[in-house]
Amino acid sequence: MLETGLIIRALMRNKIGALLIALQIALTLTIIVNAIFMIQDRQSQMLRSSGIDEENTFYLTNTIFKQDYNIQTGLQTDLNTLRKTPGVIDAIQINAIPLSGGGWSSGVQTEAGEDKDSIGAAVYMVDDHAINTLGLELIAGENFSETDIQWRKSGQSTWPDKVIISKALALSLFPDDWNSALGKTIYISQNQTIQIIGILKQLQAPWNGWDGVERSMLVPFQMESKGSRLFIRTEPGKRDELMPLIEKTLAENDKGRIIRSLRTMEETRERSYQQHNATNKILSTVVITLTIITGLGIVGLAIFSINRRTKQIGTRRALGATRWQIMRYFMIENIIISSVGILIGCMGAVALNMWLVKTFELAPINIELILFGVVTLFIVGQLAVLYPARKASMISPATATRSV
Amino acid sequence: MFNYYLRLAWISILRHWGLSLLMISAIGLGIGAAMTTITVNYLMSANPIPHKSEQLYYVQLDSWDVNDPFDEGINPPDQLTYTDSTNLMKAKKAFRQNVQAQAYGVIEPEDADLLPISVSARANSADFFAMFDVPFIYGTAWSQQSDISKEQVMVLSKKINDQIFGGENSVGKTIKFDGNIFKIIGVIDHWQPKPRFYDITTGAFNESEDVFVPFSLIAEEKIRRSGNTNCWKPSGDGMAAFLAGECIWIQFWVELRSEQEKQDYMTFLNAYVEEQKQYGRFQRPMDNRLSNVMQWLEKQEVVADDARMMMTMSFMFLIVCLLNTVGLLLAKFLGKAPEIGLRQALGASKATLFSQYMIESACIGFAGGLLGLALSFLGLIGIENLYGEYMQGLATLDTTMMVLAITLALLCTVLAGLYPTWRACNISPAQQLKSQ
Repeated sequence: MLETGLIIRALMRNKIGALLIALQIALTLTIIVNAIFMIQDRQSQMLRSSGIDEENTFYLTNTIFKQDYNIQTGLQTDLNTLRKTPGVIDAIQINAIPLSGGGWSSGVQTEAGEDKDSIGAAVYMVDDHAINTLGLELIAGENFSETDIQWRKSGQSTWPDKVIISKALALSLFPDDWNSALGKTIYISQNQTIQIIGILKQLQAPWNGWDGVERSMLVPFQMESKGSRLFIRTEPGKRDELMPLIEKTLAENDKGRIIRSLRTMEETRERSYQQHNATNKILSTVVITLTIITGLGIVGLAIFSINRRTKQIGTRRALGATRWQIMRYFMIENIIISSVGILIGCMGAVALNMWLVKTFELAPINIELILFGVVTLFIVGQLAVLYPARKASMISPATATRSV
Repeated sequence: MFNYYLRLAWISILRHWGLSLLMISAIGLGIGAAMTTITVNYLMSANPIPHKSEQLYYVQLDSWDVNDPFDEGINPPDQLTYTDSTNLMKAKKAFRQNVQAQAYGVIEPEDADLLPISVSARANSADFFAMFDVPFIYGTAWSQQSDISKEQVMVLSKKINDQIFGGENSVGKTIKFDGNIFKIIGVIDHWQPKPRFYDITTGAFNESEDVFVPFSLIAEEKIRRSGNTNCWKPSGDGMAAFLAGECIWIQFWVELRSEQEKQDYMTFLNAYVEEQKQYGRFQRPMDNRLSNVMQWLEKQEVVADDARMMMTMSFMFLIVCLLNTVGLLLAKFLGKAPEIGLRQALGASKATLFSQYMIESACIGFAGGLLGLALSFLGLIGIENLYGEYMQGLATLDTTMMVLAITLALLCTVLAGLYPTWRACNISPAQQLKSQ
């Protein structure tokens, strides 16, 4: 296009003004691309399933304070009461809650010995009702039988001889074929044997930020401890009406303990990802405000440059330029400035990402996202200049003949 | 003259009200974003105990697995074993020393009709209160003798004393805690260091505990401990085996009043580890650390990555807003070329013109600063709502921050106004007058 050369020459007369917008576009691109990238990163973490039926489950804390309390009988009575309550599908005692942030982990290894590599996994101490209560999917092997369940004393260091593990843990232990894990004997606490009798499709650990969050195992233990959690699954839609009912029943049946901290799994998920959610909202606000500010900046500067050039525009119109040609002039001018800004911005985006990768251990950015940012900013630039350009095209040719 | 320039600035701002509004909102948004994140970072990295943060030291010893070092060998374990902490406690080589762990339990009211209360507890030694300057309303801390003779004594927080005793002086009364009778020996005032520096292993911004009890009662199994526990070697069954094992779950603080005392204590620690090596423990190279409060907070990265990242982002945001302002001011001042030319022709010096336009920039900056301050109030409320408990008390503006907001806004706009003003002052009058 012939005009381009002309526009560049005109721009060079007011280098600083153009450069300022270009820099602004560059920084905006740098920030929004990285911000969107961080939002996506968090979003994908939040979308991971925990493997359990989160909609219909809740849990509570049972704290025993009476001296000489029979923990075994107490727990059996509680579980019987819960499992018989109409509307309750099943209930278990459990030592930790997925996504809650607090739990137990232990190293497991395929070879015995202190000096052998072990893989950390979350430990859930449960009985044979766990798969049904949590709503887990067993993809290989079988569930515990009632006779597998052992009582665990507080501070006990030995483990039962059977375990059900998540598929992710099976893959970490046997990288070639997760299916081959079934029936294998592995080692826990460095040298105690434990046999894998089942594999679960998915069950997340309690820590959502841990890189081994998908590695977990079910151990057939009932805990003889004064503080424990009861986990309950209800029929769909009955959770909210059953929660206060169950709290009341349990508290009244047995006054040697406190029933407290009732919480649904949905609330646990919300709390677990509260920070992620908050950060995402803030980052989204930054992206939107920044784009608007840059857009308005372009509008403001374009209006000013048009006001200053009223006479020239009038002259061009008088010499036969069409309205569209005038508009086109400002739109091309914007494309040129944007291009310079976007070029710098792309480099900035990659540089900032490299710094973020180094400082905050984020993943490197993908090219699609940068392209998305580039296209967005071109569109924003064009939209922003549309109004001033239209205004310019309305300048009547007669203006040229008038003096200021 | 100043007032006159102010009036001129006011007229000029009003004349181009759309543009002025754009500049003020851009600066306001930039300052608002920056101030919000600065405040969060400032409060997260605040010194929770300024007058003695350099005398309190956190002790770390590397008792970990020789085959699989803690934190890949970069830092020694973040807590101590029972064996080591009790040995250090017995040695009593520091001016003050405190051994502590997190605990919990249930308080049973005497009145059987009232519901029992579940409370958070800190199991610590006598020096805790004096070391960390804990304010007492009633009574005192327990004595070192109470620690040794494992007395069942308890210090209540104000919250629990209000709840159970209606805020009355409860010293001398007893309380049933986890089935055991404890004598109340003191009640402390509201005390919530931010960050809760004395134990950041379970969250640096958690609430301080409901009750305080002697650490030595854990071994007696009269107190239930909680908190992070990390073992590299399986221990046997039962409490005694657990205590003797290689599990870390205890925080150990010492108070050292001078550099000399610190060096002496380090020498002592080294000698201690050397001695333990003879029993086959501490097989890793010697790596003992003494970190004062601020060093410890920094090492444990108390300022969240999210907060630091947001601050970086918000500074870049501010720069975009400033570039915006520079561009708009430039356009505005250059648009006044004919007026400037006329004034110069009538004898206005560059200095006069310069101060006039700088004042105009500063006015916009001041307005932007005010808007920014309002926005950062809103921003902080928003952050507190979004993050919930995690940010409680971390999102408040103090006077320092308010002054900083206005100063930052003024400084930024004056800087942003420099180049446009300089350009405006260098307009050649002849050319401007010619074209009129």
